[in-house]
Amino acid sequence: MNKIANRQVMCETLIDEAKQNQDIVVLTSDSRGSASLVAFAESQPKQMIEVGIAEQNIVSIAAGLAHSGKRPFVASPACFLSMRSIEQIKVDVAYSNTNVKLIGISGGVSYGALGMSHHSLQDIAVTRAIPNLQVIIPADRFETKAVFRYLAQSDQPAYVRLGRNPVEDCYQAELTDFEVGKAVTMRNGNDVTLIATGETVRVALDAATDLEAQGLSVRVLNMHTIKPLDQKAIVKAATETKLIITLEEHSIYSGLGAAVAEVVSANRDGAAVKILGIADEPAVTGKTKEIFDHYGLSTENIKQIVTEHLL
Amino acid sequence: MVNLKKKALEIRKDVIEMIFHAKTGHTGSDLSCTDILVALYYDVMNIDPRNPDDPDRDRYIQSKGHAAEVYWAVLADKGFIEKEELKTFSAFGSRLIGHPNNKVDGVEMNTGSLGHGLSIATGIALAAKMDNKSYHTFTLLGDGELAEGSVWEGAMAAAHYQLDNLTAIIDRNGLQITGASEDVMKVEPLANKWRAFGWEVIEVDGNDIHALSEELHKQPVDGKPTCIIAHTVKGKGISMAENAAGWHHRVPNQEEYDQAIAELDMQLEALANE
Repeated sequence: MNKIANRQVMCETLIDEAKQNQDIVVLTSDSRGSASLVAFAESQPKQMIEVGIAEQNIVSIAAGLAHSGKRPFVASPACFLSMRSIEQIKVDVAYSNTNVKLIGISGGVSYGALGMSHHSLQDIAVTRAIPNLQVIIPADRFETKAVFRYLAQSDQPAYVRLGRNPVEDCYQAELTDFEVGKAVTMRNGNDVTLIATGETVRVALDAATDLEAQGLSVRVLNMHTIKPLDQKAIVKAATETKLIITLEEHSIYSGLGAAVAEVVSANRDGAAVKILGIADEPAVTGKTKEIFDHYGLSTENIKQIVTEHLL
Repeated sequence: MVNLKKKALEIRKDVIEMIFHAKTGHTGSDLSCTDILVALYYDVMNIDPRNPDDPDRDRYIQSKGHAAEVYWAVLADKGFIEKEELKTFSAFGSRLIGHPNNKVDGVEMNTGSLGHGLSIATGIALAAKMDNKSYHTFTLLGDGELAEGSVWEGAMAAAHYQLDNLTAIIDRNGLQITGASEDVMKVEPLANKWRAFGWEVIEVDGNDIHALSEELHKQPVDGKPTCIIAHTVKGKGISMAENAAGWHHRVPNQEEYDQAIAELDMQLEALANE
């Protein structure tokens, strides 16, 4: 299985796009190494802006650049970008409507052993409550490439979260039909729906394989866009399958699961929604897989939930 | 050539009218920086209300966004909006809200959260350098605002990138909502702080509109951003509001309104007799 970090794909795609469009600029907060953007700096030095360790400043400067016709990509750790800079994101980007792409790198529990200061498990909650801000979390290298191709052309403010570590592929080949705001049906089924985003899409796919071996029909939706949310796909899943399980590398509060539940609860005959994510506590530290297993983002736990609800 | 002193008095009258009728506004903050906005908009900046998106226009970012009334009054007088629209200030659904709103022609960016404007202006000035554009970027900060740490992030970056096409004006009226700025959070030695951050610093009487204009017209020092510390009087032009922290966002009652307008009219008359 191919394992390539999404941030590396981001760098390659941005180099390619920046060569074609001189207005694309990348800003880092002493984060070019952690964002895998050293190659970008070497390839496109005039399109690289270093701001130093100043996450509020980086967002406002990017907004000023965007207001002057540039197409800035801000690459900074998700834990800082989505918290320390959130007012700049709200006012200077979303409210002023500047074309800034906010790339939260090493999102979720990517910095597994570094503790709560470095985990970003509230970023979906915060960003999805800000009007005029798209929220996107690609699943693997193919989707990351498609997302950055889209971002290079889009004129809308967006927050994109990427993980730090290499992830296994969810797709077999390059995507030609990526559409923001439209969930991808990775597998179709009629008993249970797993709705996942980012690195948990792989977890959902693996669980689906296991469940199908037990004779269940499992639908897997890749909700790469949290905002705008594909409500149609959710309502369809809520009416066509008996149970929805959401998976996210985020607090169980106010993230993907909550967004799905908001849609399902407004629907008369909705399926039950079970939200899987990180418990409301300073998350246990360790490797991503260990943390996922600990909080039940695992095939075992999903099998157990399905058994309790459906069998 | 516009009579700048006369214009500043007329704008002050518009500000008082707006605040009195809307029953909301930042009276003291507006009056303190009125001369600064008049100098910029009537004498210094290259702007054209008929072409508000001109790529070569000078840029103005009002970081102390709460002084919105004076901004609206200037934009209306310059012709960016109809003067009639000033009557909608703060009304339900109006675009003329209590902070700059970029749905209005002439307003570059939304502000209101203090400590953002300098960094935004830094981004705009940096873009000009990257594109070899000759426009100049101005930003206006309050002195109480300088307690925001992000101001100093911006100050560092502007000097690092040698943005001599950027001027930050500090409305140094010495007062903020709680009282004297030096009591709330000491910012002195202010000029030395900016110098230490790599800026060229100029101090001027910010209510002496001609002196201020002269400084704003000066050629910047190569490779250095300019900080103009404009020493101003909060509430300038209306005796009861001058140097009174309580007038930061106080709304005049009928009696105070009558007195304010009478005082401004007297100053206009005196000016006409000069």
